[in-house]
Amino acid sequence: MKRIQKALQQDKKLLSIYFTAGFPNLDDTIPVLKSLEENGVDIVEIGLPFSDPLADGPTIQASSTEALKNGMTTEILFKQLEGIRDHISIPLIIMGYFNPVLQYGVEAFCKKCAEIGIDGLILPDLPLAEYNLHYRQLFEKHNLANIFLITPQTSEERIREIDEASNGFIYMVSSASTTGKTSGFAEEQISYFNRIDELQLNNPQIVGFGINNAETFSQATLKAKGAIIGSAFIKTLTNDGLSGITSFIKQLR
Amino acid sequence: MSYHVNENGYYGEFGGAYIPEMLYPNVEELRQQYLDVMQETSFQEEFKQLLKEYVGRPTPLYYAKRFSSTYNTNIYLKREDLCHTGAHKVNNTIGQILMAKRLGKNRIIAETGAGQHGVATATVCALMGIECVVYMGAIDMDRQAPNVARMKMLGATVIPATSGSKTLKDATNEAIRDWINNPTDTHYIIGSVVGPHPYPDMVARFQSLISEEIKTQLLEKEGKENPDYVVACVGGGSNAAGAYYHYLDNPDVGIIAVEAAGKGIKSGESAATSVLGKPGIIHGSKTLLMQTTDGQITEPYSISAGLDYPGVGPMHAHLFASGRGEFISITDTEAMEAGLELSKLEGIIPAIETSHALAIFKNRQFKKDDVIVINLSGRGDKDLNTYIDYFNL
Repeated sequence: MKRIQKALQQDKKLLSIYFTAGFPNLDDTIPVLKSLEENGVDIVEIGLPFSDPLADGPTIQASSTEALKNGMTTEILFKQLEGIRDHISIPLIIMGYFNPVLQYGVEAFCKKCAEIGIDGLILPDLPLAEYNLHYRQLFEKHNLANIFLITPQTSEERIREIDEASNGFIYMVSSASTTGKTSGFAEEQISYFNRIDELQLNNPQIVGFGINNAETFSQATLKAKGAIIGSAFIKTLTNDGLSGITSFIKQLR
Repeated sequence: MSYHVNENGYYGEFGGAYIPEMLYPNVEELRQQYLDVMQETSFQEEFKQLLKEYVGRPTPLYYAKRFSSTYNTNIYLKREDLCHTGAHKVNNTIGQILMAKRLGKNRIIAETGAGQHGVATATVCALMGIECVVYMGAIDMDRQAPNVARMKMLGATVIPATSGSKTLKDATNEAIRDWINNPTDTHYIIGSVVGPHPYPDMVARFQSLISEEIKTQLLEKEGKENPDYVVACVGGGSNAAGAYYHYLDNPDVGIIAVEAAGKGIKSGESAATSVLGKPGIIHGSKTLLMQTTDGQITEPYSISAGLDYPGVGPMHAHLFASGRGEFISITDTEAMEAGLELSKLEGIIPAIETSHALAIFKNRQFKKDDVIVINLSGRGDKDLNTYIDYFNL
């Protein structure tokens, strides 16, 4: 968690990249992570693949299906990540769906994350009320930031509740959509970015969904602290493999 | 102990609303309003009138004389197969289309496996003149071509789900994604007692008129409201929820849930969730589901497309875990034989889903004076090809 706080204190807009662990090949997890850090990425979301990723569009779902076919499991991901802190110093967040975490055991999962040096979790289908009631203490005990999502439809009252429960950043979904859907931001999104900025929340916001190039990155980070790119990066991995990473990241800012 | 949903949306440890934030406003709007809307007089009047004049309710409670004497007990059939569109599914879609109208929605989405719920949804959308989009697994669209044609005739757009295993669970994922992308104008008509709270409770309430009618009808025929047992097949569990509803908290009435064992519990091709499932999260609900040790949802199998779901409604998970319900698994073979048997004994060709419930008598003994109500959830017209292939008719 400290690594997240430290990254957020930097005087620059943060670039965060999502990728699916075990994609394109089972053993690509560590090489991808190293390449992302070398290319100046500030935060990485490591996707724990799930068979039924409700909030994701076709690109990320296809990468999850492929990763599962490659044999990726929670156990294997943790094994791959052992000793990762000898090589990588940027914040690492695991992003996945709640069921695999539940089957691993939430406490065991949190403990393992802490041992490895994972800084936070994004579990889109773990609702705020459940988190506060059952899991918040556990996350806090293991110094894991729980990153919540907000959308243009989230009420101010609920945003305040989410802000209260957050201890890293808030994942601001740019529009009502699944991942990989939109291209370019309309007036509507820009005014949403401004509206959230004016709320003066305790936690900085990082924008995700719909960011795929330098233009959308700079639009998204006009007010927000950073932006997350997922589907566009997965497409690069699909088309060019790991050798496409450097040029993809360089053209973003 | 109550077997109904509690104020937090749980049945025991099962239920809840495990949904991404993108869906929160839609589901929360529904949660806040569904009970109030359902209690409005105008809603109740419109709902009851449509059920009577359009669906053809009340459906008969029929004493199956030859079937009863074969098994030396007393068996009533609740004839949901006589509903318009051929199954109980339409009770729920009528309720939900009226709900959608009152919530100001002008676009309907639905998922469908075999196509029964898709047809029931397309039907009510045609009735109301509302746009209808149905998601259906690409594989299911091939297997159930006549139902795809029916939906198209009714004016619905049918979109193939090509992700994952291309069946019901993927169609459900696609419908949920559509809802995420269309949060304000669209209502999602879920077809069973599954999904995030309040769906399981709302759908159960729309189906609850089944047990409401059973009580009245049984009183007329037997001089008592309570049978000794209510029996229903369970995939997601909506016809079962409706048949059990008014008996849930009455310990004098035994509840029997019949699941599809497919080719056998241990065959690896089964849909018997209570036996093979573990608690987990599917489509926004904590319930029993079939999954790998790693928490990936697995693909179920049953000869009956309507029972081919890897989870089960949270109400049923609770009935199982608490011991309130007796769960029985029936194989493809047993179900097919029972379907043929009922056809010959009573002149009623049941849906293969329902045939599972009819098959319990071979191994489960009942007393001579027991009164048993089986929910005859659907008719077998849609399954004729499967019956033809199976029996070389």
